[in-house]
Amino acid sequence: MSGITDEKTVSITVEFSGGLELLFDNERKLSLALPSRDENGATSNIAYLVRYLCETTMKDPRKDLFVLDGTVRPGILVLINDADWELEGEDQYELQANDNILFVSTLHGG
Amino acid sequence: MPPTPCALCKTNRALILRPKDHSKLCKACFISVFETEIHHTITTNNLFHRGEKIAIGASGGKDSTVLAAVLKTLNERYDYGVELILLSIDEGIKGYRDDSLETVKRNAQQYEMPLTILGYSELYGWTMDQVVEQVGKKGNCTYCGVFRRQALDRGAARLGVKHVVTGHNADDVAETVLMNLLRGDLPRLSRTTSIITSTPSAVSTDPNSHTNVKRSKPLKYAYEKEIVLYAHHRNLDYFSTECIYSPEAFRGSARALIKNLERVRPSAILDVVRSGEDMAKLVPGSDEGCGGVCSSSVPAAEEEEGGCGSSNGRTAGGEMANMEQHLSQNEAAAENGLEVEITSTGKSRATQTQQRGNTAKESLQNGSSKKSKKGKGEPPAPRKVTKQVMGQCKRCGYLSSQEICKACVLLEGLNKNRPKNSIEVGYDESQETEVNGVTNGLQKTHIAAE
Repeated sequence: MSGITDEKTVSITVEFSGGLELLFDNERKLSLALPSRDENGATSNIAYLVRYLCETTMKDPRKDLFVLDGTVRPGILVLINDADWELEGEDQYELQANDNILFVSTLHGG
Repeated sequence: MPPTPCALCKTNRALILRPKDHSKLCKACFISVFETEIHHTITTNNLFHRGEKIAIGASGGKDSTVLAAVLKTLNERYDYGVELILLSIDEGIKGYRDDSLETVKRNAQQYEMPLTILGYSELYGWTMDQVVEQVGKKGNCTYCGVFRRQALDRGAARLGVKHVVTGHNADDVAETVLMNLLRGDLPRLSRTTSIITSTPSAVSTDPNSHTNVKRSKPLKYAYEKEIVLYAHHRNLDYFSTECIYSPEAFRGSARALIKNLERVRPSAILDVVRSGEDMAKLVPGSDEGCGGVCSSSVPAAEEEEGGCGSSNGRTAGGEMANMEQHLSQNEAAAENGLEVEITSTGKSRATQTQQRGNTAKESLQNGSSKKSKKGKGEPPAPRKVTKQVMGQCKRCGYLSSQEICKACVLLEGLNKNRPKNSIEVGYDESQETEVNGVTNGLQKTHIAAE
């Protein structure tokens, strides 16, 4: 809760599962202080979060396994506070403090 | 956005958007609807019968974990009266299977099902690590795929189980339909769309033979997306990984196509599955022609695709090796004048068949049963035009259209090149094998139900 006193950032939790964590140093859960405004000064949304993750968090060079054609790769589910992102406006959903964003891959095998 | 209420209970917040009909459901209603639909699939297709012992092909991955969880739930809820056990195959790939087998062991306890782990080394005398050491990383998926296809049947036979269920889902089936469509292999398309495949009982008179095992796919109409969501919302313990020998396998183009279609129009996946079933009805001699009622005649051997992942839907090199053989079946059908519906390709096929006629006869007269291995880039070699008659492999007795089944052919090649050691004792010398005894399948692990 202390993180949100800074107006410049929004504190959120990002989780990876279904094999996607393999692309993020086997990190399953991240606490992020995401800039509350994107490059153009608009309120940060999922699209910005995905760009941010690609540029700052992801060390694996295989970015195309996470993002394809500017959006989350088909076959990767995005849950915003446990709800399908399609119910929340997909990548246009504007992030709020303490949101939980889960990326689950359906592409990996057992 | 204001929260949307669930379309069913109208009270809870909707969390799931169903791909098949766009309905918005809450967590509890989704779980109930998902389970009910699997129950419907099981009952309308008469998959199970009371008293049956059923082995779940378990890898620790999402599909088989969800399958085990749902079947346990349904067996109790609707009193199917079936006995469920878990059967896992250990390919012997260090650093890949270890973790997923740990997951299966936990599943065995969570679902109170006995577990048997059977290793490639136990079944074939070779772990995949040893195969890769021998043949290299290229083409090893062929071995893995061929071995796995038989492994579940062999495992089931050892346990005296007549029915193996696998976690193949709608996305897997749609992907297989597209791949077979893309390479013009309708006979195979018809086999892979069947929800039940099993070996003809005529093949084996021995009731305990591993050619007498029924296979079915209760998740055939379940979206991969919903399987993952079900696992998530029920908090199921599953493991996802990619094979270290083919890390790119899940980027298969048919798979990418399916996922792209789903994003544009989610119902496309089930539509492709339905199209596959309808096309299967047009295939001469197809089982689907009788509405799936007589599905017991669909040969299970060589039915499954691919080499990787528990759900074999993930593409790999394995299917390429089989392709030639199945194309020859197409030609056999064309020659026999059975091609009623598929006239456009019939002509060119007929000419091809004539051109190849002489060579085909020669090879038939020679009686040579071994197929020459063919590189991907080579021009098509003359094929034998034979009706596929399922018989038994002369070496191991497995169901095969060839005199010697593919696994035995591959094993022969491997064993020829094995330096000095005989099959029985060769691997004992390796220290690594001893240390990783479980991984390499030297031991059968039984975890009794509590």
